Amino acid sequence: MSIGGLSWVDLLSWLLIASGGFFCLTTGLGLLRLPDFFSRLNGASCMDAMGAGLLLLGCALQAPGYLVVVKLGFIYLFLLVTNAVAAHALARSALSKGMEPLLGSRRYGNDEASR
Amino acid sequence: MEPIDWVVQGLLLLMLLMAAGATIVLRNLFAVVMMLGVYSLICASLFMTLDAVDVAFTEAAVGAGVSTIFFLGSLLVVGRDIRTDAAKLKIGPLLISGGCAALMIYASGDLPAFGDPQAMPNQHLVPRFLEQSGEEVGPPNIVTSVLASYRGYDTMGEVGVVFTAAVGVLLLLGSGSMVKVRRRRQSLKLQTQRWQPKANPVIRVESSLKANVLIRECTDLLVAPMLIFALYVQWHGDYGPGGGFQAGVIFAVGVISYALIYGLDRTQKKFPPLAMKRLMVGGWLLYIGTGLVSMLFGANFLDYSPLGPTALAGQHYGILAIELGVGITVATVMIALFYAFASRDRGE
Repeated sequence: MSIGGLSWVDLLSWLLIASGGFFCLTTGLGLLRLPDFFSRLNGASCMDAMGAGLLLLGCALQAPGYLVVVKLGFIYLFLLVTNAVAAHALARSALSKGMEPLLGSRRYGNDEASR
Repeated sequence: MEPIDWVVQGLLLLMLLMAAGATIVLRNLFAVVMMLGVYSLICASLFMTLDAVDVAFTEAAVGAGVSTIFFLGSLLVVGRDIRTDAAKLKIGPLLISGGCAALMIYASGDLPAFGDPQAMPNQHLVPRFLEQSGEEVGPPNIVTSVLASYRGYDTMGEVGVVFTAAVGVLLLLGSGSMVKVRRRRQSLKLQTQRWQPKANPVIRVESSLKANVLIRECTDLLVAPMLIFALYVQWHGDYGPGGGFQAGVIFAVGVISYALIYGLDRTQKKFPPLAMKRLMVGGWLLYIGTGLVSMLFGANFLDYSPLGPTALAGQHYGILAIELGVGITVATVMIALFYAFASRDRGE
Protein backbone atom coordinates (compact mmCIF):
# COMPACT_ATOMS: atom_id res chain seq x y z
CA MET A 1 0.00 0.00 0.00
CA SER A 2 1.54 3.27 -1.05
CA ILE A 3 0.91 6.86 -1.96
CA GLY A 4 2.92 8.40 -4.74
CA GLY A 5 5.56 5.66 -4.60
CA LEU A 6 6.04 6.07 -0.85
CA SER A 7 4.93 3.44 1.62
CA TRP A 8 2.85 4.45 4.63
CA VAL A 9 5.83 4.14 6.92
CA ASP A 10 7.99 6.32 4.70
CA LEU A 11 5.22 8.89 4.39
CA LEU A 12 4.71 8.99 8.15
CA SER A 13 8.42 9.38 8.87
CA TRP A 14 8.61 12.11 6.21
CA LEU A 15 5.80 13.93 8.00
CA LEU A 16 7.42 13.50 11.41
CA ILE A 17 10.85 14.59 10.24
CA ALA A 18 9.43 17.58 8.38
CA SER A 19 7.42 18.73 11.39
CA GLY A 20 10.46 18.14 13.60
CA GLY A 21 12.42 20.38 11.27
CA PHE A 22 9.64 22.95 11.50
CA PHE A 23 9.95 22.96 15.29
CA CYS A 24 13.71 23.34 15.04
CA LEU A 25 13.24 26.32 12.73
CA THR A 26 10.76 27.78 15.20
CA THR A 27 13.38 27.38 17.91
CA GLY A 28 15.89 29.34 15.86
CA LEU A 29 13.35 32.04 15.13
CA GLY A 30 12.38 32.23 18.79
CA LEU A 31 16.01 32.53 19.85
CA LEU A 32 16.42 35.49 17.54
CA ARG A 33 13.09 37.23 17.95
CA LEU A 34 11.80 36.76 21.50
CA PRO A 35 12.27 39.85 23.66
CA ASP A 36 14.26 38.74 26.71
CA PHE A 37 16.57 36.02 27.99
CA PHE A 38 13.98 33.95 29.83
CA SER A 39 11.45 33.76 27.04
CA ARG A 40 14.23 32.85 24.62
CA LEU A 41 15.30 30.09 26.98
CA ASN A 42 11.74 28.83 27.19
CA GLY A 43 11.44 28.77 23.42
CA ALA A 44 14.75 27.00 23.02
CA SER A 45 14.15 24.32 25.65
CA CYS A 46 10.58 23.46 24.71
CA MET A 47 11.16 23.38 21.01
CA ASP A 48 14.39 21.44 21.37
CA ALA A 49 12.55 18.63 23.07
CA MET A 50 9.69 18.75 20.57
CA GLY A 51 11.80 19.09 17.43
CA ALA A 52 14.33 16.48 18.48
CA GLY A 53 11.55 14.14 19.60
CA LEU A 54 9.74 14.28 16.28
CA LEU A 55 12.98 13.92 14.32
CA LEU A 56 14.01 10.89 16.37
CA LEU A 57 10.54 9.35 16.01
CA GLY A 58 10.77 9.83 12.27
CA CYS A 59 14.19 8.18 12.29
CA ALA A 60 12.91 5.35 14.49
CA LEU A 61 10.32 4.47 11.84
CA GLN A 62 13.16 4.02 9.36
CA ALA A 63 15.24 1.89 11.74
CA PRO A 64 16.37 -1.52 10.51
CA GLY A 65 15.91 -3.19 13.89
CA TYR A 66 14.67 -2.78 17.44
CA LEU A 67 18.19 -2.14 18.74
CA VAL A 68 18.35 1.11 16.79
CA VAL A 69 14.94 2.13 18.15
CA VAL A 70 16.16 1.50 21.68
CA LYS A 71 19.28 3.60 21.02
CA LEU A 72 17.18 6.45 19.61
CA GLY A 73 14.95 6.19 22.67
CA PHE A 74 18.01 6.55 24.91
CA ILE A 75 19.11 9.62 22.93
CA TYR A 76 15.68 11.17 23.39
CA LEU A 77 15.69 10.40 27.11
CA PHE A 78 19.11 12.03 27.61
CA LEU A 79 18.13 15.00 25.45
CA LEU A 80 14.96 15.54 27.49
CA VAL A 81 16.76 15.41 30.82
CA THR A 82 19.83 17.44 29.85
CA ASN A 83 17.92 20.12 27.93
CA ALA A 84 15.49 20.78 30.71
CA VAL A 85 18.19 20.82 33.37
CA ALA A 86 20.48 23.03 31.28
CA ALA A 87 17.65 25.51 30.78
CA HIS A 88 16.95 25.40 34.50
CA ALA A 89 20.60 26.01 35.36
CA LEU A 90 20.87 28.89 32.88
CA ALA A 91 17.71 30.58 34.13
CA ARG A 92 18.74 30.10 37.74
CA SER A 93 22.20 31.57 37.29
CA ALA A 94 20.81 34.45 35.23
CA LEU A 95 18.30 35.21 37.98
CA SER A 96 20.93 34.98 40.69
CA LYS A 97 23.14 37.41 38.76
CA GLY A 98 20.30 39.92 38.90
CA MET A 99 18.77 39.54 35.46
CA GLU A 100 15.07 40.31 35.68
CA PRO A 101 12.45 38.82 33.41
CA LEU A 102 10.76 41.31 31.13
CA LEU A 103 7.17 41.70 32.32
CA GLY A 104 4.36 42.97 30.18
CA SER A 105 1.90 45.16 32.07
CA ARG A 106 -1.78 44.86 31.32
CA ARG A 107 -2.72 47.58 33.71
CA TYR A 108 -1.46 50.33 31.48
CA GLY A 109 -2.34 48.46 28.30
CA ASN A 110 1.13 49.27 27.10
CA ASP A 111 4.15 47.04 26.78
CA GLU A 112 6.57 49.94 26.68
CA ALA A 113 5.63 50.99 30.22
CA SER A 114 7.45 48.06 31.80
CA ARG A 115 10.77 48.59 30.04
CA MET B 1 28.45 12.38 -4.74
CA GLU B 2 24.72 12.95 -4.82
CA PRO B 3 23.47 16.54 -5.13
CA ILE B 4 22.09 16.41 -1.60
CA ASP B 5 25.60 15.64 -0.32
CA TRP B 6 26.90 18.76 -2.00
CA VAL B 7 24.15 20.83 -0.39
CA VAL B 8 24.68 19.37 3.08
CA GLN B 9 28.46 19.63 2.95
CA GLY B 10 28.32 23.11 1.47
CA LEU B 11 26.02 24.28 4.27
CA LEU B 12 28.22 22.64 6.90
CA LEU B 13 31.34 24.27 5.45
CA LEU B 14 29.56 27.62 5.44
CA MET B 15 28.61 27.16 9.11
CA LEU B 16 32.22 26.16 9.82
CA LEU B 17 33.47 29.38 8.24
CA MET B 18 30.93 31.41 10.20
CA ALA B 19 31.94 29.75 13.47
CA ALA B 20 35.61 30.42 12.72
CA GLY B 21 34.85 34.04 11.87
CA ALA B 22 32.82 34.48 15.05
CA THR B 23 35.72 33.05 17.05
CA ILE B 24 37.95 35.80 15.66
CA VAL B 25 35.47 38.66 15.96
CA LEU B 26 33.97 37.96 19.39
CA ARG B 27 35.62 39.77 22.29
CA ASN B 28 34.05 37.78 25.13
CA LEU B 29 36.22 34.72 25.78
CA PHE B 30 33.30 32.75 27.17
CA ALA B 31 31.47 33.16 23.86
CA VAL B 32 34.68 32.28 22.01
CA VAL B 33 34.93 28.99 23.91
CA MET B 34 31.33 28.18 23.03
CA MET B 35 32.01 28.98 19.38
CA LEU B 36 35.03 26.66 19.42
CA GLY B 37 32.77 23.90 20.71
CA VAL B 38 30.29 24.64 17.95
CA TYR B 39 33.16 24.55 15.45
CA SER B 40 34.19 21.09 16.62
CA LEU B 41 30.62 19.84 16.47
CA ILE B 42 30.25 21.07 12.88
CA CYS B 43 33.56 19.40 12.07
CA ALA B 44 32.22 16.16 13.53
CA SER B 45 29.10 16.44 11.38
CA LEU B 46 31.29 17.00 8.31
CA PHE B 47 33.30 13.88 9.11
CA MET B 48 30.01 12.00 9.47
CA THR B 49 28.97 13.04 5.97
CA LEU B 50 32.33 11.75 4.73
CA ASP B 51 31.61 8.36 6.42
CA ALA B 52 34.54 8.80 8.82
CA VAL B 53 32.50 7.75 11.82
CA ASP B 54 35.40 7.04 14.15
CA VAL B 55 37.02 10.39 13.45
CA ALA B 56 33.69 12.16 13.93
CA PHE B 57 33.23 10.38 17.25
CA THR B 58 36.67 11.46 18.43
CA GLU B 59 36.14 15.02 17.28
CA ALA B 60 32.79 15.27 19.06
CA ALA B 61 34.14 13.74 22.29
CA VAL B 62 37.47 15.57 22.40
CA GLY B 63 36.84 18.79 20.49
CA ALA B 64 33.30 19.61 21.51
CA GLY B 65 33.29 17.82 24.84
CA VAL B 66 36.35 17.70 26.97
CA SER B 67 38.38 20.56 25.46
CA THR B 68 35.45 22.91 26.09
CA ILE B 69 35.62 21.91 29.73
CA PHE B 70 39.36 22.63 29.80
CA PHE B 71 38.86 25.99 28.10
CA LEU B 72 36.23 26.88 30.69
CA GLY B 73 38.60 25.76 33.41
CA SER B 74 41.31 28.06 32.08
CA LEU B 75 38.76 30.90 31.85
CA LEU B 76 38.20 30.50 35.58
CA VAL B 77 41.89 31.27 35.98
CA VAL B 78 42.39 34.06 33.46
CA GLY B 79 38.97 35.75 33.44
CA ARG B 80 36.57 36.02 30.56
CA ASP B 81 37.54 39.34 28.98
CA ILE B 82 40.29 40.07 26.52
CA ARG B 83 42.79 42.39 28.16
CA THR B 84 45.13 43.18 25.30
CA ASP B 85 44.58 45.93 22.82
CA ALA B 86 43.39 43.56 20.14
CA ALA B 87 41.89 46.19 17.86
CA LYS B 88 45.31 47.26 16.63
CA LEU B 89 46.29 45.67 13.35
CA LYS B 90 49.62 43.89 13.61
CA ILE B 91 51.29 43.46 10.23
CA GLY B 92 53.91 40.83 11.09
CA PRO B 93 51.62 38.10 12.46
CA LEU B 94 49.12 38.79 9.70
CA LEU B 95 51.79 38.29 7.05
CA ILE B 96 53.08 35.09 8.65
CA SER B 97 49.69 33.46 9.10
CA GLY B 98 48.50 34.68 5.72
CA GLY B 99 51.64 33.29 4.09
CA CYS B 100 51.18 29.92 5.82
CA ALA B 101 47.53 29.80 4.73
CA ALA B 102 48.51 30.63 1.15
CA LEU B 103 51.16 27.89 1.16
CA MET B 104 48.64 25.34 2.47
CA ILE B 105 46.03 26.32 -0.09
CA TYR B 106 48.69 26.07 -2.81
CA ALA B 107 49.77 22.65 -1.54
CA SER B 108 46.18 21.39 -1.37
CA GLY B 109 46.10 21.59 -5.15
CA ASP B 110 48.40 18.56 -5.24
CA LEU B 111 46.24 16.46 -2.93
CA PRO B 112 44.27 13.68 -4.64
CA ALA B 113 40.54 14.27 -4.89
CA PHE B 114 38.30 12.68 -2.25
CA GLY B 115 37.86 9.02 -3.10
CA ASP B 116 40.08 9.25 -6.20
CA PRO B 117 40.71 5.65 -7.30
CA GLN B 118 44.00 6.65 -8.97
CA ALA B 119 45.45 8.09 -5.74
CA MET B 120 48.51 6.24 -4.45
CA PRO B 121 47.07 5.00 -1.11
CA ASN B 122 43.95 3.77 -2.90
CA GLN B 123 46.12 1.71 -5.25
CA HIS B 124 47.77 -0.73 -2.89
CA LEU B 125 47.10 0.05 0.82
CA VAL B 126 43.34 0.51 0.90
CA PRO B 127 42.54 -2.60 -1.20
CA ARG B 128 44.63 -4.70 1.16
CA PHE B 129 42.99 -3.23 4.26
CA LEU B 130 39.50 -3.64 2.82
CA GLU B 131 39.94 -7.12 1.36
CA GLN B 132 42.36 -8.89 3.68
CA SER B 133 41.98 -7.31 7.12
CA GLY B 134 39.17 -9.78 7.88
CA GLU B 135 41.54 -12.72 7.41
CA GLU B 136 44.68 -11.06 8.76
CA VAL B 137 43.36 -9.14 11.78
CA GLY B 138 39.70 -9.91 12.23
CA PRO B 139 37.62 -7.02 13.57
CA PRO B 140 34.63 -6.04 11.39
CA ASN B 141 35.52 -2.38 12.01
CA ILE B 142 38.45 -1.96 9.63
CA VAL B 143 39.40 1.33 11.25
CA THR B 144 40.20 -0.60 14.42
CA SER B 145 42.35 -3.11 12.55
CA VAL B 146 44.28 -0.33 10.86
CA LEU B 147 44.64 1.74 14.01
CA ALA B 148 45.54 -1.04 16.40
CA SER B 149 47.29 -3.63 14.28
CA TYR B 150 48.54 -2.41 10.90
CA ARG B 151 49.45 0.98 12.32
CA GLY B 152 50.16 -0.05 15.89
CA TYR B 153 53.40 1.95 15.94
CA ASP B 154 51.59 5.17 15.00
CA THR B 155 48.97 4.68 17.68
CA MET B 156 51.67 3.98 20.26
CA GLY B 157 53.23 7.28 19.25
CA GLU B 158 49.88 9.05 19.57
CA VAL B 159 49.40 7.75 23.09
CA GLY B 160 52.94 8.92 23.80
CA VAL B 161 52.01 12.38 22.49
CA VAL B 162 48.97 12.50 24.77
CA PHE B 163 51.10 11.43 27.71
CA THR B 164 53.88 13.93 26.92
CA ALA B 165 51.39 16.77 26.53
CA ALA B 166 49.86 15.90 29.87
CA VAL B 167 53.28 15.86 31.53
CA GLY B 168 53.96 19.29 30.05
CA VAL B 169 50.68 20.72 31.32
CA LEU B 170 51.17 19.21 34.76
CA LEU B 171 54.67 20.70 34.93
CA LEU B 172 53.23 24.11 34.04
CA LEU B 173 50.12 24.06 36.19
CA GLY B 174 51.21 21.93 39.12
CA SER B 175 50.50 18.30 39.70
CA GLY B 176 46.89 18.60 40.77
CA SER B 177 47.22 17.09 44.22
CA MET B 178 45.93 20.36 45.53
CA VAL B 179 43.62 19.37 48.33
CA LYS B 180 46.52 18.79 50.66
CA VAL B 181 48.26 21.94 49.48
CA ARG B 182 45.20 24.04 50.10
CA ARG B 183 44.70 22.62 53.56
CA ARG B 184 48.32 23.27 54.38
CA ARG B 185 48.06 26.80 53.11
CA GLN B 186 44.91 27.41 55.13
CA SER B 187 46.42 25.99 58.28
CA LEU B 188 49.48 28.18 57.78
CA LYS B 189 47.27 31.21 57.48
CA LEU B 190 45.32 30.18 60.55
CA GLN B 191 48.52 29.99 62.54
CA THR B 192 49.50 33.49 61.56
CA GLN B 193 46.03 34.80 62.44
CA ARG B 194 45.60 36.34 59.04
CA TRP B 195 43.33 33.73 57.53
CA GLN B 196 40.72 34.96 55.15
CA PRO B 197 38.61 32.55 53.18
CA LYS B 198 39.96 33.04 49.72
CA ALA B 199 37.35 32.73 47.02
CA ASN B 200 38.18 29.67 45.00
CA PRO B 201 35.91 29.84 41.95
CA VAL B 202 35.70 26.10 41.36
CA ILE B 203 34.96 25.26 44.96
CA ARG B 204 32.25 27.89 45.10
CA VAL B 205 30.65 26.60 41.94
CA GLU B 206 30.73 23.10 43.37
CA SER B 207 28.93 23.99 46.53
CA SER B 208 26.25 25.97 44.75
CA LEU B 209 25.75 23.17 42.23
CA LYS B 210 25.51 20.56 44.93
CA ALA B 211 22.87 22.58 46.72
CA ASN B 212 20.75 22.55 43.60
CA VAL B 213 18.59 19.43 43.86
CA LEU B 214 17.61 19.33 40.21
CA ILE B 215 21.16 19.47 38.86
CA ARG B 216 22.42 17.00 41.45
CA GLU B 217 19.71 14.46 40.69
CA CYS B 218 20.22 14.86 36.96
CA THR B 219 23.94 14.24 37.36
CA ASP B 220 23.23 11.19 39.51
CA LEU B 221 21.05 9.97 36.68
CA LEU B 222 23.62 10.62 33.96
CA VAL B 223 27.03 9.81 35.44
CA ALA B 224 26.54 6.05 35.68
CA PRO B 225 25.22 5.67 32.10
CA MET B 226 28.15 7.81 30.93
CA LEU B 227 30.69 5.53 32.58
CA ILE B 228 28.93 2.42 31.27
CA PHE B 229 28.78 3.94 27.80
CA ALA B 230 32.51 4.59 28.02
CA LEU B 231 33.11 0.91 28.78
CA TYR B 232 30.80 -0.07 25.92
CA VAL B 233 32.74 2.16 23.54
CA GLN B 234 35.96 0.67 24.88
CA TRP B 235 35.08 -2.99 24.37
CA HIS B 236 32.86 -2.56 21.34
CA GLY B 237 35.51 -0.76 19.30
CA ASP B 238 36.19 -3.91 17.27
CA TYR B 239 32.63 -4.00 15.98
CA GLY B 240 31.48 -0.38 15.82
CA PRO B 241 32.96 3.08 15.88
CA GLY B 242 34.92 3.75 19.02
CA GLY B 243 37.95 2.51 20.88
CA GLY B 244 40.34 3.55 23.58
CA PHE B 245 40.62 7.24 22.72
CA GLN B 246 36.88 7.95 22.67
CA ALA B 247 36.17 5.69 25.63
CA GLY B 248 38.85 7.36 27.73
CA VAL B 249 37.48 10.81 27.01
CA ILE B 250 33.89 9.78 27.79
CA PHE B 251 34.94 8.13 31.04
CA ALA B 252 36.86 11.26 32.03
CA VAL B 253 33.87 13.47 31.24
CA GLY B 254 31.73 11.29 33.52
CA VAL B 255 34.24 11.68 36.35
CA ILE B 256 34.54 15.43 35.70
CA SER B 257 30.77 15.94 35.87
CA TYR B 258 30.77 14.06 39.16
CA ALA B 259 33.55 16.35 40.39
CA LEU B 260 31.65 19.47 39.35
CA ILE B 261 28.69 18.50 41.51
CA TYR B 262 30.22 16.69 44.47
CA GLY B 263 33.47 18.57 44.75
CA LEU B 264 37.09 17.74 44.20
CA ASP B 265 37.65 16.27 47.66
CA ARG B 266 35.12 13.50 47.19
CA THR B 267 36.23 12.81 43.64
CA GLN B 268 39.87 12.65 44.62
CA LYS B 269 39.07 10.09 47.28
CA LYS B 270 37.68 7.80 44.59
CA PHE B 271 40.17 8.78 41.88
CA PRO B 272 43.34 9.84 43.75
CA PRO B 273 45.63 12.20 41.81
CA LEU B 274 48.65 10.02 42.45
CA ALA B 275 46.87 6.95 41.06
CA MET B 276 45.86 8.99 38.02
CA LYS B 277 49.48 9.87 37.39
CA ARG B 278 50.62 6.29 37.81
CA LEU B 279 47.88 4.94 35.55
CA MET B 280 48.80 7.56 32.97
CA VAL B 281 52.16 5.85 32.66
CA GLY B 282 50.66 2.41 33.20
CA GLY B 283 48.34 2.59 30.21
CA TRP B 284 51.17 3.44 27.89
CA LEU B 285 53.36 0.75 29.44
CA LEU B 286 50.54 -1.77 28.90
CA TYR B 287 50.61 -0.83 25.23
CA ILE B 288 54.38 -1.16 24.93
CA GLY B 289 54.36 -4.28 27.11
CA THR B 290 51.92 -5.99 24.75
CA GLY B 291 54.40 -5.34 21.95
CA LEU B 292 57.26 -6.72 24.07
CA VAL B 293 55.29 -9.86 24.96
CA SER B 294 54.73 -10.56 21.28
CA MET B 295 58.50 -10.17 20.85
CA LEU B 296 59.00 -12.76 23.61
CA PHE B 297 56.86 -15.15 21.56
CA GLY B 298 59.23 -14.64 18.68
CA ALA B 299 57.17 -12.31 16.54
CA ASN B 300 57.81 -8.69 15.60
CA PHE B 301 57.12 -5.83 18.01
CA LEU B 302 53.33 -5.23 18.17
CA ASP B 303 52.57 -8.28 16.00
CA TYR B 304 49.88 -9.89 18.15
CA SER B 305 49.42 -13.12 16.19
CA PRO B 306 51.29 -15.45 18.61
CA LEU B 307 49.38 -14.17 21.67
CA GLY B 308 46.45 -16.56 21.17
CA PRO B 309 45.83 -20.15 20.08
CA THR B 310 45.23 -18.97 16.52
CA ALA B 311 46.60 -15.92 14.74
CA LEU B 312 43.16 -14.28 14.62
CA ALA B 313 42.56 -14.87 18.33
CA GLY B 314 46.01 -13.48 19.07
CA GLN B 315 45.25 -10.35 17.10
CA HIS B 316 41.98 -10.03 19.01
CA TYR B 317 43.66 -10.31 22.44
CA GLY B 318 46.41 -7.93 21.42
CA ILE B 319 43.97 -5.30 20.17
CA LEU B 320 41.90 -5.57 23.35
CA ALA B 321 45.05 -5.13 25.47
CA ILE B 322 46.41 -2.12 23.63
CA GLU B 323 42.97 -0.46 23.41
CA LEU B 324 42.70 -0.88 27.18
CA GLY B 325 46.10 0.78 27.51
CA VAL B 326 45.00 3.66 25.29
CA GLY B 327 41.74 4.06 27.22
CA ILE B 328 43.47 4.08 30.61
CA THR B 329 46.07 6.63 29.52
CA VAL B 330 43.56 8.97 27.86
CA ALA B 331 41.04 8.83 30.72
CA THR B 332 43.62 9.40 33.45
CA VAL B 333 45.32 12.18 31.45
CA MET B 334 42.00 14.01 31.13
CA ILE B 335 41.18 13.56 34.81
CA ALA B 336 44.66 14.68 35.87
CA LEU B 337 44.43 17.75 33.64
CA PHE B 338 41.05 18.59 35.15
CA TYR B 339 42.52 18.29 38.64
CA ALA B 340 45.36 20.58 37.59
CA PHE B 341 42.98 23.23 36.24
CA ALA B 342 40.47 22.98 39.07
CA SER B 343 43.14 23.31 41.72
CA ARG B 344 44.21 26.78 40.60
CA ASP B 345 42.98 29.82 42.44
CA ARG B 346 42.05 32.86 40.44
CA GLY B 347 44.91 35.23 39.83
CA GLU B 348 47.48 32.97 41.42
